[in-house]
Amino acid sequence: MENMEKMEQYFKVIDNYLMVKLPEEIDHHQAGYISKSVDKLLLEGRANSVVFDFEATRFMDSSGIGLIAGRYKKVVCFDGKVYAINVDKHIKRILYMSGLDKMIEIVCKEKN
Amino acid sequence: MDGKMNRMKMEFRALSANESLARMTVAAFMTPLNPTLEEISDVKTAVSEAVTNAIIHGYGEDRESDEMVEMSCYIEKDVLHVTISDEGVGIENVDKAMEPLYTTKPELERSGMGFSFMEAFMDELSVESEPGKGTKVHMIKKIGLASWMEKEED
Repeated sequence: MENMEKMEQYFKVIDNYLMVKLPEEIDHHQAGYISKSVDKLLLEGRANSVVFDFEATRFMDSSGIGLIAGRYKKVVCFDGKVYAINVDKHIKRILYMSGLDKMIEIVCKEKN
Repeated sequence: MDGKMNRMKMEFRALSANESLARMTVAAFMTPLNPTLEEISDVKTAVSEAVTNAIIHGYGEDRESDEMVEMSCYIEKDVLHVTISDEGVGIENVDKAMEPLYTTKPELERSGMGFSFMEAFMDELSVESEPGKGTKVHMIKKIGLASWMEKEED
């Protein structure tokens, strides 16, 4: 029941895009649940592209890289794309350091 | 004792829920050095990588309840030292493990960037490991603003 509520709150399908509102902190503890949920919605055919919204996110480690790269591998099979939006300075640095900027579309927060 | 020297040590069960506990603790411990937001982010990321490694690689999936990760920190002048150690399986080839993108657990979607991030975000990183005995990761970072502010006060 709690999971259902969480699902509705954090995952929304708009047209072909699955919008994922990411939590404040993304580490190995958090990443597992998010990737499972995204995969489930993708496999149900509800969307073919994923938009990760970092608006609320203040921390991410390399588990976040695994999360995004893993979804990218799935989404390309559906001819979809992966986007990262509202990315702050810290997250941007991590995305670029790992080379994810070559696979996904990154949109930063205004201030950066 | 020198007022500019401080140390702490903690031990916690090898559970992923404790990853945030560890990085929050270090962030709080380093506040007297007046770190910038960027420095706090850097240290938190590096600590998170090291602790995650201890939990998922050191101890892996077959875990007993007494598997613990130890974290000790000390501050010497404006330099933060963090040591994270486990008594897990150890690393057979440390150089290989430290290569970017190398991972032994692709099925868990590990990106293989853990050690690269530790190296990038800290000033120094050293890894001691013995198969069957465990792994110890030692990281050092000079926290910039502290020494500058001290000069200002003089």
